Amino acid sequence: MSEDQKDVIPEPKGPEQPAVEQSPENLPAPPNEVTAVGARTGMFGASGTGDTSGYGGLVAPIVFPAPAKRPYGGWYDEVADALEGSLGNVVVHRGEITFHVRREELVHVAQTLRDDPKLRFEFCAGVSGVHYPDDKGNELHAVYHLLSMTHNRRIRLEVSVPDADPHIPSLVGVYPTNDWHERETYDMFGIIFDGHPALTRILMPDDWPGHPQRKDYPLGGIPVEYKGGTIPPPDQRRSYN
Amino acid sequence: MTQDMYAGASETSEGKVFTVTGQDWDSIVEGLAEDSSDERIVVNMGPQHPSTHGVLRLILEIEGETVTEARCGIGYLHTGIEKNTEYRSWVQGTTFVTRMDYLSPFFNEATYCLGVERLLDIEDQIPEKASVMRVLLMELNRISSHLVCIATGGMEIGALTVMTIGFRERELVLDLFELITGLRMNHAFIRPGGVAQDLPPGALDEIRAFVALMKKRLPEYADLCNANPIFRARLDGVGHLDLEGVMALGITGPVLRSTGYAWDLRKTEPYCGYEDYDFDVQTWDTCDAYGRFRLRLNEMWESLKIIEQAAERLAGLEGAPVMVADKKIAWPSQLAIGSDGMGNSLDHIRHIMGESMEGLIHHFKLVTEGFRVPPGQAYVPIESPRGELGAHLVSDGGTRPFRVHFRDPSFTNLQGTSVMSEGGMIADVIVAIASLDPVMGGVDR
Repeated sequence: MSEDQKDVIPEPKGPEQPAVEQSPENLPAPPNEVTAVGARTGMFGASGTGDTSGYGGLVAPIVFPAPAKRPYGGWYDEVADALEGSLGNVVVHRGEITFHVRREELVHVAQTLRDDPKLRFEFCAGVSGVHYPDDKGNELHAVYHLLSMTHNRRIRLEVSVPDADPHIPSLVGVYPTNDWHERETYDMFGIIFDGHPALTRILMPDDWPGHPQRKDYPLGGIPVEYKGGTIPPPDQRRSYN
Repeated sequence: MTQDMYAGASETSEGKVFTVTGQDWDSIVEGLAEDSSDERIVVNMGPQHPSTHGVLRLILEIEGETVTEARCGIGYLHTGIEKNTEYRSWVQGTTFVTRMDYLSPFFNEATYCLGVERLLDIEDQIPEKASVMRVLLMELNRISSHLVCIATGGMEIGALTVMTIGFRERELVLDLFELITGLRMNHAFIRPGGVAQDLPPGALDEIRAFVALMKKRLPEYADLCNANPIFRARLDGVGHLDLEGVMALGITGPVLRSTGYAWDLRKTEPYCGYEDYDFDVQTWDTCDAYGRFRLRLNEMWESLKIIEQAAERLAGLEGAPVMVADKKIAWPSQLAIGSDGMGNSLDHIRHIMGESMEGLIHHFKLVTEGFRVPPGQAYVPIESPRGELGAHLVSDGGTRPFRVHFRDPSFTNLQGTSVMSEGGMIADVIVAIASLDPVMGGVDR
C-alpha cells in the first residue's frame, strides 16, 4: 500500500500556457491519465510477410478510455460517494461506469454495494476474466457486472492483479451466484479466488494443463489441405488486427 | 449374476462400483443385497442420460429414494467459442455466438450485436426496421424455445403427447426462421449495424398465419396439462425455490418470475425499442415447477402479442433500410435468391466486378479485414427465454474482439440444482432441472 503510493508519478509541470486555460478539453491527456495497454505496429497487423508499403514501422499505442473526473453525473456520484476511499480509477464510457477497485477492498466494496439501502446492488451477473499481457503488473483483470434491481442501475467493478500473484478474494460470501463464475474464471485464466469453497475446474477436464483463455495459450487447430494448397489454423493465418 | 463386458461390478478404493446401461438393474439389486447395512448410494447420472436435458452429468447421493446431495458436472459441451471469436472479425463473431445457446440463437446474436454497436457508438443509428425485425425474430424464438422446454420437460416425466405437440409447433417457428433467414438454426442473421437482409416477399402473411394458428394451438397445451391430475402431481411443489434463494443464486428469467417478482429486462431496461410494444410481464407465485410451466405458457401469449404488433409495424416499413447507413460498418454484400438457392446478389456482383473499382476495394476490405471497434468494454444484457443473457465485450481497437464473455443464464441457473433437489425424491430431480430449462450449449459454450 504505502510502497504503491511512493511509486506514483508526479504530475508533469510544464510552462504555463494561456491556451490551456481557454480550452483544456482540447489538450492531449497527461501520460498518467491515459490507460495505454500495449501497442499496435505496422499498417496491416500482419507480421512475417514482406511489407514494402513503408508503413511497417508504424507504432500506435492501444489507449483505453481515460479515467473520468468528478462529477460523473447523475447517480454515478451517489455510488462513488458511498465507496469513497475504496476506489481507484473510475471510467465512464458509452454510458457505462466502471469502478476500478484494489483487491484488498473488493469484498468490503461488494458488501457495501449490496447492503447499503441507497445502493442495493443485490444482483451480480458473475465475473468475467480478461488477460492483458501487455499491461505490465496488472495482467489479469476480473470484471464484475452488478445490477441494482431496486434502483434499476448497473455498474461494473474491475479488479486487476499481476500474473505473478493472481490472487483475488472470492465474492461467493457476498454473491453466492459467483460460485460457478469464479470457478470458470479460474479454469480459463488461472485467477485464484481466495476463500472460494471449492475452487476446481468447471469446463475443462480436471487434469487439464494450462488456462485456455489466456492470450499466451494457443488456439490450436490443424492446417487444412485443399487441392494442394494448405491453409494454416486460424491463429497462425496471415490476418489483420 | 451374468458377466457383461460393458456392464458389471468392480471393487475400487471408493467402494463397490456398478456400471449399468439399462435392463440390467438386477445386478445392482443383487449386489446391494449382499451388503444391506448401508442404504447410501452415489449415482452417476449422465452425461448421456436422456432425462438430463443434454450432456449434463448429475452426481446424486441417495438414501433409498431420497436425494441427500446433488452436484452437477458440466463442461461436456465446451467448444471454446469465446476463445475462437478472438481470432475472427467482429462480424464473424455472430456466426460463433449464435451457436452457444442453440435454442435461442437470435438472443445470442442480439446481445452480442448490441454490445458491438455500443462500442462503435452507433446505437442511435440502427434503422427502425432492423430493430423491429430483431424484436420479431427474438419473440418468435422465445416461443420456439419455451415450446422445447415444455416439450422435453413433458417427455422427461413420460407425457409424450406434450413432447410431440411441442415439437410440432416449434417446427412451424423454424419454418418461419428458414423463410426469413435461410436457416433453421445458427442464423448469424442479426449483424452489427442491423440485420443481414430484408424480409422476403410473403413473410408477413406467413407470420400472421402462424399467429392465427398458434392462437388455436396454445389452448391445447392448457387443456392437456393445466388441470391434468397426473401432470400436476409431478410438478406441484417440486423444485421449490423462493425469491430469497433465487436472488442469492443470481437466477433470472421464468424461475425468478415464478416467485412473483415481475423482473423482465424488456420492461426494466428496454432495448431494440421494446418500450414501444404493449405487453405484460407474466408472474406466478408458487415458486415451483408447475408455476414455471404456466408462466412459460403465458409468456408465449405475450410473445404472440408482440409479434402481431411487430408485423403491423413492418407492414408500414416496406423498403426501409435494415442496415446502418455508415458504409464503413454495413456489410457490403447483398444476398438474393437465385435459381440454385440463396447466394450473392448478381446485381451486387455486377456492380463491384464491372462498374466500380472502389466498390470492389471497399467490399474486399470490409469482408477480409473488417471494421475497427474503438477500445473499451460494454455489457448490454437482454431478456432471453432463460433470463439475463449478456455479452461482456472488450475491444483493443482492432478488427477482432479482444475478449467475448457470455453471461449465459443457463450456466447461472443450473447452480440451483442442489437447492432445488436435495431432500426430495430422485424422480423430482429431473422435473426440477427441466423447470430451470438449462441448455447445455449455453452452459458450456
